[in-house]
Amino acid sequence: MARIGVYVCHCGTNIAATVDVAAVRDFAAALPGVVVARDYQYMCSDPGQDLIRKDIAEMGLDRVVVASCSPRMHEPTFRRALESAGLNGYLLEMANIREHVSWVTTDVPAATRKAKALVAGAVRRVALHQPLEERYADVTPQALVVGGGIAGIEAALKIADGGFRVHLVEKEPSIGGQMAKLDKTFPTLDCSACILTPKMVAVAQHPNIVLHTYSEVERVDGFVGNFRVTIRHKARSVDMQKCTGCGTCWSKCPYTAPNEFDEGLGKRKLIYIPFPQAVPNKPVIDRERCVKFQSGKCGACQKLCPTGAIDFNQQDELVEENFGAIIVATGYSLFDPGRGPWGYGRYPNVLTALQFERMVNASGPTGGHVQLQDGSTPRAVAILHCIGSRDTNYHEYCSNVCCMYSLKLAHLVKEKTGAEVYNFYIDIRAFGKAYEEFYNRVQNEGVYFIRGKGAEVGSRDGRLVVRCEDTLLGKYREIPVDMVILSPAMEPRPDAARISQVFGIQRSADGFFLEAHAKLEPLKTATDGVFIAGACQGPKDIPYSVAQGAGAAAEVLRLLSAGRVTISPVVAQVADEICSGCRACLPICPYHALTYDEGVKVVLVNEALCKGCGTCVAACPSGALSVSHFRTPQVLAQIEEVLAV
Amino acid sequence: MTGEEFEPKILGFFCNWCSYAGADLAGVSRLKYPANLRIVRVMCSGRVEPTMVLKAFACGADGVLVAGCHPGDCHYQQGNYKTLRRVPLLERTLAQFGIHPARFRLAWISANEGQKLVQVVTEMVDEIKKLGPFPGTRSRFPELGAAAPGPAERPAAAPVPGERGAAAPAATVAAGGEAHD
Repeated sequence: MARIGVYVCHCGTNIAATVDVAAVRDFAAALPGVVVARDYQYMCSDPGQDLIRKDIAEMGLDRVVVASCSPRMHEPTFRRALESAGLNGYLLEMANIREHVSWVTTDVPAATRKAKALVAGAVRRVALHQPLEERYADVTPQALVVGGGIAGIEAALKIADGGFRVHLVEKEPSIGGQMAKLDKTFPTLDCSACILTPKMVAVAQHPNIVLHTYSEVERVDGFVGNFRVTIRHKARSVDMQKCTGCGTCWSKCPYTAPNEFDEGLGKRKLIYIPFPQAVPNKPVIDRERCVKFQSGKCGACQKLCPTGAIDFNQQDELVEENFGAIIVATGYSLFDPGRGPWGYGRYPNVLTALQFERMVNASGPTGGHVQLQDGSTPRAVAILHCIGSRDTNYHEYCSNVCCMYSLKLAHLVKEKTGAEVYNFYIDIRAFGKAYEEFYNRVQNEGVYFIRGKGAEVGSRDGRLVVRCEDTLLGKYREIPVDMVILSPAMEPRPDAARISQVFGIQRSADGFFLEAHAKLEPLKTATDGVFIAGACQGPKDIPYSVAQGAGAAAEVLRLLSAGRVTISPVVAQVADEICSGCRACLPICPYHALTYDEGVKVVLVNEALCKGCGTCVAACPSGALSVSHFRTPQVLAQIEEVLAV
Repeated sequence: MTGEEFEPKILGFFCNWCSYAGADLAGVSRLKYPANLRIVRVMCSGRVEPTMVLKAFACGADGVLVAGCHPGDCHYQQGNYKTLRRVPLLERTLAQFGIHPARFRLAWISANEGQKLVQVVTEMVDEIKKLGPFPGTRSRFPELGAAAPGPAERPAAAPVPGERGAAAPAATVAAGGEAHD
């Protein structure tokens, strides 16, 4: 007979206010095998854990049940407590009477009954637990960072400086991300390129960084410490070894297309670098549009290239690499304001904030001149906040950074043109360091603030008109302007769903990647060894993205420098005297952990590959497969008791 | 039913990564839902054997809920697809046992869908309260023991998934048969 100790936690009043803790304790004390049942204020505290240790030592407990919070929270804590008292950590079972009972129920008798049921199930189950030993695996001392924006760049540099090799994968032809498109940064008005490009160059020159631009991660196999990743190098049509980046090709290419980097405002050639400071500073051919690819004619770039670097026959290339840990920093997209009533795509002088950033930038399509379509300078400019955010028609969330970049743009308009500037806002959220001060500064510069969301943009007498309800005046207003700048929400990238599946990251309701814990694990994901950083997790400004990139790098360095990872002992086993060799389980396993031994005609489990999901166990017609810690008798016993109360 | 209102017992098999975490989130967010759900944690919804579902009904569950990650989001890549393919077979088996389709449900509940859990549990509890206690339970027929489910709720030969309240009790239904009809 097992000797079980049951510990019921009050969690202050978190549990005790809804569950009659004493009644649960007394109920548990009477269950078969239970030697001692106690209740305590905070079981996770040192004195709480000491209760368990003391009882193990003095009463010879060989099994422990803790009825408290979710095992996802404190199972490691109590396992360690058992181990420090010489008991295997897997001889513990937790009954989740907080998240699953006291916090979701108001009815005390019903909550108490449910708590008793869960405790009964845990007591029956723990009696059948077996001691298990954790295993270890070596960690491949190399990291993968996906996304070459500021968060990914920061992460890659930190890991590389820490002495480990990093592969940085970027799907565009150059690293730099969205930050490279910005003119100035709030609230200091630092030139964005001036602070970003040194980091981009550092990436290119770092001996520990391998850069894969114009590349995408196709597939991820394996697990923490040992991921096997397939990277697709898209065909650039340019031999990176031979190309010197001299620029002859893109200056001679006779055709142009809208420039994505300038948000469609300017033109680029069909063989191009996205922007002058691109890293690597080597071009790519736009195969969708290039005349050579479409009709076989032209080929000017190839004829004129002094090093013979142009290769029209280049193919995509698949590269496989092993990594110990992965950081996903794939960034965001801007909400498309063409979906709403703001005249975007209809009136040429309605721009997005990012288009305006390009316009106001010295290397942008107008050489930094703020101008209307006809080349004249605007006399009045409207900036519409919350486009697509804080709007139940589109995104409910606040996009976090738009207030501040709108203020920055207001300042730039004022500085460059002296025009009247109207900000249409719902609330101003100037939450960061020196942000409120910047808001005051912009107000003092004479920028007008109208408290009311820009509801619609129309036109009258050749000018644009912004319609809104001024909620401070309590009046409907129409403001005539020459230019409208929309401040669209940051939203998940269109390929976020695919990326989340490739890396095993969950997503929250708004579509951004989901962190392991909203407060305490902002960089981890549900998949061990895969971390997230930057705006792929939610709207963020530059300092926050940089901090996350550095934080994720610390997570990775922690794993890589430890050199080994603990692997859960929850794995499948085969009873080979029962296995009939039917092989029904083989196609079930996504990890190829099961193999059929032709010699003995049974299935074998490769424990290093098995992740312990137990899907094969449910498929075994003869009951030969089992999975440790979730054995069928253990689960069945739990079911029986959970339902008995 | 005697005076006291019938409170069904619903056993939930929740995968550790999405649905169990979703239930934790419901708790952390202090969302309220009926106390009828009792959750058993499994690593993957693919671990749930049909035996476990039958065992739950045999042991007194009035309903069983299997919850896993959304298709494509499985922590183990494809475990939930196996669940998805097994469940229709299991549903046919349950129908042959005479178990009303509303008593068994498969739901995709992600780690951030606390609200969805509330909705699923509330719906199940409402539906099962209309059906009444599962007639073949150990609690109502102690002499049956755990292994033998009680008499059928509906004719085994005519399972009509999705139909609610239309199942006439079979001639063999004992006194404890469907309460709704």
